[in-house]
Amino acid sequence: MATVRIPPVLRAQTGGQTEVEVGGADVGEVLRALTAEHPATEEQLFGPEGDLNRYVNVYLNDEDVRVLDGLETGVKEGDTVIIMPAMAGG
Amino acid sequence: MATQTKQQIEEIEAFEAAQEIEGGDVVLIDTREPHEYQEAHLENGKLVPPGVLADEIAAAAPDKSARTIVYCRSGNRSHKAAEQLEALGYEDVASMAGGIVAWQEQGLPVVAASGMSAEQRDRYSRHTLLPEVGVDGQLKMLNAKVLLIGAGGLGAPTALYLAAAGIGTLGLVDDDVVDASNLQRQVIHNTERIGTPKTQSARLTIEALNPDVNVVEHNLRMTSSNIVELLSEYDVIVDGADNFPTRYLLNDASVRLRKPVVSASILSFDGQISTFVPFEGPCYRCLYPTPPPAELAPSCSANGVLGVMAGTMGLLQANEVLKLVLGIGEPLIGRLLLFEALSTRFTELKVRRDPDCPICGPDAPEVPESELGKFPDYELFCAG
Repeated sequence: MATVRIPPVLRAQTGGQTEVEVGGADVGEVLRALTAEHPATEEQLFGPEGDLNRYVNVYLNDEDVRVLDGLETGVKEGDTVIIMPAMAGG
Repeated sequence: MATQTKQQIEEIEAFEAAQEIEGGDVVLIDTREPHEYQEAHLENGKLVPPGVLADEIAAAAPDKSARTIVYCRSGNRSHKAAEQLEALGYEDVASMAGGIVAWQEQGLPVVAASGMSAEQRDRYSRHTLLPEVGVDGQLKMLNAKVLLIGAGGLGAPTALYLAAAGIGTLGLVDDDVVDASNLQRQVIHNTERIGTPKTQSARLTIEALNPDVNVVEHNLRMTSSNIVELLSEYDVIVDGADNFPTRYLLNDASVRLRKPVVSASILSFDGQISTFVPFEGPCYRCLYPTPPPAELAPSCSANGVLGVMAGTMGLLQANEVLKLVLGIGEPLIGRLLLFEALSTRFTELKVRRDPDCPICGPDAPEVPESELGKFPDYELFCAG
């Protein structure tokens, strides 16, 4: 199981949960498991082609998955997947 | 004999020395005692007191063929030192006639270590006691020019603490007026100032806190047509903007002008901060290539924000600014720091330079000087 951290802007779609525990062998599977559990998150994370939306940053632990293997980045037991969209509030 | 030697030494006037120093490639030697040097010296002047000249000059001026200008208080000690240097084999030595006294009479600048008044020495004593800051560091702060984008949630605490710290010039960009709903977090404003422009309200608070600070009010909205002029006056920029168009515009302009930006944002119970130093680390677009759509980019006015988030993240910004000004510590370059207030948890994420970044990447187009101020229309480019 991996821990997915939910940013404030997606918490309405996870029933207010800030963290969700889901299984999956890579980042893509973990995020798909999240959208299966909370379908309202899907269109905000993924584009129509199934790619991660460009404005959503996803980190495996402290590293951006864009510099790893993207959605194919392997996830180990106990890893943390952080979803981090840009925020503009000042 | 003495007059004969005196004729052999080249004497130059202070203004001539200033011109040479401006032109570069000059070794500048201050041949006075340490306490005189402490009080005031020329920028880049290397202290080599007369008594230790023979022993210490090699370290201060290793190249004997380099142009070397020697000065003292009034020109006597430097003349003798110049003779000594020529005897030691220095080939191109001049003594500055009239010394630092003549230099200052001409209105030329000095680094005045005790350029601080008695009141300032008292006010900043808890800074100057820190070896990492000292008098020199405090003078750097007093000479620093910092521009704050937004005098709201983040800008309020940042401006207060930078002002208290003695940042000499604080520019404030905001076109809003103080509203009652701001006062739960924007601690630089107060109830009496409701309806007053934020830049003016902030200036009044800062002036009451620290008269050393020169507050420059930019009571306007930053746009693609005024941003280059605005930024070019300042050393460090603090991004506390409340909308994406301004954040992307600021990034693109600051990269072009090579100005460091300390960027933070807050929403509900969460905050994030990073420091973008162009070409040394990633830029805002390396981190966030495109802004989110409007429904994923709520503002504090729509979603709410815990008041202390502004203070927490604003002061982390002030901390970054002081480190950049002082040149100490490790700024948040290439690091994104997240703070979650409910769990009181800090998380640090790595931010890499994006090789495909359209603004700071290796393939980013060169921007000619004439195009520097031209940016796309950011209002249309993304919804705030």
